[in-house]
Amino acid sequence: MLELIPNQLGYPLLSLLIFVPAAGAVVLLAVRNANAARWIALLFSLVELGLCIPLLTNFDGSLPHMQFGESIPWISAWNINYRVGVDGISVLFVALSALLTTISIMVSWTAIQDRVREFMVAMLFLEAAMIGVFMALDLFLFYIFWEAMLIPMYLLIGVWGGPNRLYAAVKFFLYTLVGSVLMLVAILAVYFQAGGTFDVLALMNHKFDHTFQLWAFAAFFAAFAVKVPMFPFHTWLPDAHVEAPTAGSIILAGILIKMGAYGFVRFSLPFFPNAALFFTPAIMALSVVAIIYGAYMAFAQSDFKKLIAYSSVSHMGFVTLGLFALNSQGLEGGLLQMINHGVSTGALFLAVGVIYERTHTRVIADYGGIAAKVPIYAAFLMIITLSSIGLPGTNGFIGEFTIILGAFQMKAVYAVIASLGIILGAGYMLWLYQRVAFGTVTNPHNEHLADMNLREIAAALPLVALVFVIGIYPNAAFQVMHASADNLIKLVHAKTQVLPSATQAISALAGN
Amino acid sequence: MSITLQAFIKQLLPIYPEFVVLVMALTVLLLDLFVDRQHKAILGWYSFTGIAIAAYMTVKLMGVRGAFFDGTILLDPFASFFKLVFFLSCGLGILVSMKYLDIEDIHRGEYYSLMLFATSGMMLMAAAGDLIVLYLGLELMALSIYVLAGFMRRDSRSNEAGIKYLLLGAFSSAIMLYGMSLLYGMAGTTNLNGILVFLRGADLTNPVIFLAMVMLIVSFGFKVAAAPFHMWVPDVYEGAPTSVTAFMSAGPKVAGFAVLLRVFVHALEPVQSHSSDILAGLAVLTMAVGNVLALSQSNIKRMLAYSSIAHAGYALVGLAAATAQKSVVVDGAASVMLYVLIYAVMNMGAFAVVIMLRKAGARGEEISDFAGLGKTNKAAAFLMLIFLFSLTGIPPMAGFVGKFYIFKSAVQAGMVWLAVVGVIFSAISAYFYLRVIMLMYMYDPKEEFRPLQSPALALALAVAATAVIVIGVRPAEVLEFARASVAGLL
Repeated sequence: MLELIPNQLGYPLLSLLIFVPAAGAVVLLAVRNANAARWIALLFSLVELGLCIPLLTNFDGSLPHMQFGESIPWISAWNINYRVGVDGISVLFVALSALLTTISIMVSWTAIQDRVREFMVAMLFLEAAMIGVFMALDLFLFYIFWEAMLIPMYLLIGVWGGPNRLYAAVKFFLYTLVGSVLMLVAILAVYFQAGGTFDVLALMNHKFDHTFQLWAFAAFFAAFAVKVPMFPFHTWLPDAHVEAPTAGSIILAGILIKMGAYGFVRFSLPFFPNAALFFTPAIMALSVVAIIYGAYMAFAQSDFKKLIAYSSVSHMGFVTLGLFALNSQGLEGGLLQMINHGVSTGALFLAVGVIYERTHTRVIADYGGIAAKVPIYAAFLMIITLSSIGLPGTNGFIGEFTIILGAFQMKAVYAVIASLGIILGAGYMLWLYQRVAFGTVTNPHNEHLADMNLREIAAALPLVALVFVIGIYPNAAFQVMHASADNLIKLVHAKTQVLPSATQAISALAGN
Repeated sequence: MSITLQAFIKQLLPIYPEFVVLVMALTVLLLDLFVDRQHKAILGWYSFTGIAIAAYMTVKLMGVRGAFFDGTILLDPFASFFKLVFFLSCGLGILVSMKYLDIEDIHRGEYYSLMLFATSGMMLMAAAGDLIVLYLGLELMALSIYVLAGFMRRDSRSNEAGIKYLLLGAFSSAIMLYGMSLLYGMAGTTNLNGILVFLRGADLTNPVIFLAMVMLIVSFGFKVAAAPFHMWVPDVYEGAPTSVTAFMSAGPKVAGFAVLLRVFVHALEPVQSHSSDILAGLAVLTMAVGNVLALSQSNIKRMLAYSSIAHAGYALVGLAAATAQKSVVVDGAASVMLYVLIYAVMNMGAFAVVIMLRKAGARGEEISDFAGLGKTNKAAAFLMLIFLFSLTGIPPMAGFVGKFYIFKSAVQAGMVWLAVVGVIFSAISAYFYLRVIMLMYMYDPKEEFRPLQSPALALALAVAATAVIVIGVRPAEVLEFARASVAGLL
C-alpha cells in the first residue's frame, strides 16, 4: 500500500517546483523589454532546473512511496486537497520537464522575435502546469493542471506557429478537450463510487466493481489515448507538430504526449486493473498497429517535422505496448522509453529548429550534403538519429529492448511485430539522415550554411549526454523507478485476483 | 388604531434593501433634472452608491430569518444570496454603462432609474413567498428591461429589440399567470408554502397539476432563455444597447433561476418526479441549441446571446439534478447558485470588453473586429482571453469550478448521461470561444483604433477578472456560502 511521505526538507520543494515558473510568468507580465524577458525566463527556468537537484538527490529510490508529500485542505466541501508528491514513476518526468523547458527557451532565443514576452509567459505557465500534472495526487488538482496546459500550448501553436497554425491549434485544442471532459465525468463517477474522495492513493486501494471499471477505464482512455496519441486518435499530432514553433514541438513531443502514457500508469492501471486486463488485447493490438503504421507513414513524408511526428506515433506505440504488457519489464521499459523518447525526439525537433532558423524550409528535399558544411550539426543529428533508431549504446536500445522483453512474456506475436517496427524505424531515420546530410550539396542556398553556435550547442549537449548516460548505464534510471514500478505491478495483480466464489476465498484464507 | 411612523419604519425592516433601491430609483429621476448633459455620469455613481448601500443592508440583515407580510416576503439566506448577485450584476452594469451611454448619446437619468427598478423587481422575485409577489417582481423587472432594450430611440434595431421582447414577454407572462391561476384554483392559496402543503396531500395524477407545472416551466424557461423558448434572445441581445445586453444577460437570467429553484425545489417538491425529467430534457435541448447555433455567428453580441442560452442549459442540468433526488437537493441547488454567480461575473466581463470595442460610427460588434486586439490593446485582449476561457470552462478560471459543480451534482443524482451530454457540448463551445481568441492573438489588426476607456469600465473589468480568477483558484469560501444559502430553500 502506497503512502504519502511528508516532506522533510524544511522547505516545500514540490510547491516551489510548481510555483517558481508560475511566479516567473507573473513577473514577466510586468516586463516590457524583449531581451529582458528572455533573460528573466531563462533565469526562472534555470532556478527550476536547480530545484531538480535536491529533488533527485534526496529522492529515495528504494521506496515505492510518494515522497516530499504536501497536503493542504483546499475545497473541504468537496473533500479536495492540494496534495502533491512524487514517486519513482513521476520524479524523472518532473526533471525532464524542467530540462526541456530550459532548452526550449534557449532555442527560442532568436527564433522568436514577435511578442517575446508573451511567448515566455506561455512557456513558464506551461512548465508550471506540466510539473503540476506529474505531482498531483488529487484527481481534481490533476485535472486542473491537465486542462490548464491546453491554454499555453494552444497559444504557442496558434500565435507563433507556421502557416497553417490556426487549423492545427484548434484541432489540438478540441481533440484533447473532448477526451478530457469525458475523463472529467469519469473522475466524478469515481469520486462517488469511492465514497467521496479524489485522493489518488486512496483510490488506488479502492476496488471498483467490474462493470464500473470498464466504463471508467474507457472514459479515462478517451483522454489519455488522444494525448499519447494512440492510433487512431493521432491525427492531431502531425498537424500540431508541423505548425508548432520549435519550442512548442519540443515540449509537445518531450512532455505533453508522455502525459497520456503517464495517466495510464498513474490512474488507469491501479484504479481499474480488471478493465485494463479486459482491454489489454485491444490496446496491445492498437499499439502494434501504431508502431507499424507510424513507421510506414514516416517513410512517405517529405516534411522533416512531419516525419518525426509520425515516428513519434510509432515510438509511443512501443510505450503503450510496454505499459500494457502488465509485467515489470514491460512497465519499466515503457517508462524508460517515455524518457528516451522525450530526450531523442526533443533533440530531433531541436535539430529541425536549428536548421529551419537558417533555411526556413522543412522540406527534406531542400537539403542534402550539408554534413560537409555544418559538421557539428551533422554529428549531433547523427547521434540523435542513432538514439532514435535504438542502436546499442544509446538510450533507445535499452528502452525498446526491455519493452520487447516484456511484450514477449505477454504474447510473443506482439514482440515480433514490434521488432519489425524497429527495423522500419532504422530504415526511415537512416534514409532521412542520408537525404539531409550525405551526398553533394544540391541546394545552392545551403552553400553558406552556418554551423551550430554556442547557444545551440549548449542547448543540445544535455540531451546528447543523456543519450549516452542512459544508453550505457540504464540503471541510473531503472533504480529510481524500479521500486515504484514493481509495486504498481504487484498492486495491479493483487487487485485483479478476483476470487470466483466465497468457498474459494475461505479455503484460500484457511490455506494461509 | 394608528401606528406611529417609527413603528411603521420598523415593520419595513425586512425590505430595507428593496426600499433603498426603490428610493434611489425615484430620486435619480429627480436629480436628473438638475444634472446637465455632460455630467450624467454623476447619476451613475449615485445609483452605484445606492446599490452599495442596499448590498450593505442585505449583508446586515443576513442574521434575520423568517416570513413577513403574511408570508409574502421571505427573508432567508437563499434570497440574500441572490440579492447579492443582483447587486453585483447591477453594479457592474452601471459601471460599464456610463461611458457607453455618452458615446451612444443616450445618457439620460431614466436609464439608471430603470436599472434600479429592474433590480428591485429581481430582489422581490428572489424573496417572494407568494405567487403574487413573485409575479409582481417579475413584471417590474421585465417592464423595466423592455424599455431599456429599446432605449436607443432612433435606432431601429433597438426599437425592434424592445418591441419583440415586450410582445414575447407578454405571452410568457400570460402563460405564467394561467399556470399560477390553475395552482391557485386547486390549492386555494397563492402562498408557496400553502401550495406545498396542498400538493403533499393532493392526488398527483391529476392532469391539471401537471398542466400548471408545465406552464410554469415554459414561462420561467422564457425568462432564463431556455430552448425552445429562446427565440427572442439573439435579436433582443443584438438590438439592445450593449450595456443593457450585458445587464440583461446576467440579472434577469439569474432572477429566473432564483424563481425556478424556489418553485421547483421548494413549492412543487411533490411533483419532482415529473419536473426533473422535463428540466433535464430542457437542459439538453438548451445546451444543444445554444452551443450549436453559436458556432455560426459573426456578430459578437449574437454569439454571446447563444452562449448565454447554452449557459442556461448548464444551470438547468444542476436544477434537474437538484430535483431528481432528495439527497442531491443541497448540492444541486448550490451548484445552480454558484453557477449563476460565476456566469454573471464572467459574462459581464466579456460584455465589458465588447463595450470597449465600441467604435464611433460603426458599432464594433462584428467578431472580426477583434482581429489583432492582442497587438493593439494587450490588456483588453488578455482580459477577454480570461473571460472566454472561463466561459469555456477551462481551469484555473471560475467557469470551470461552476461547471464542475454542476456536473458533479448531475453524477451524484445518477444522471451520468446528462453530465456526458453537458461536457460534450461544453467541448463544442470551445470552438466558438476560441475563434475570438484566435482573432485577437493570431490575426493582424485591420486598422488602428483606440478602445473606449474610462475609470468605471476599468473598475468593472478589474472586479470581474479578479473574481473569475480568485473563485477559480480558491472556490472554497464562495462554495461554502452558496451551500449555506440553500438552507432557506428547504
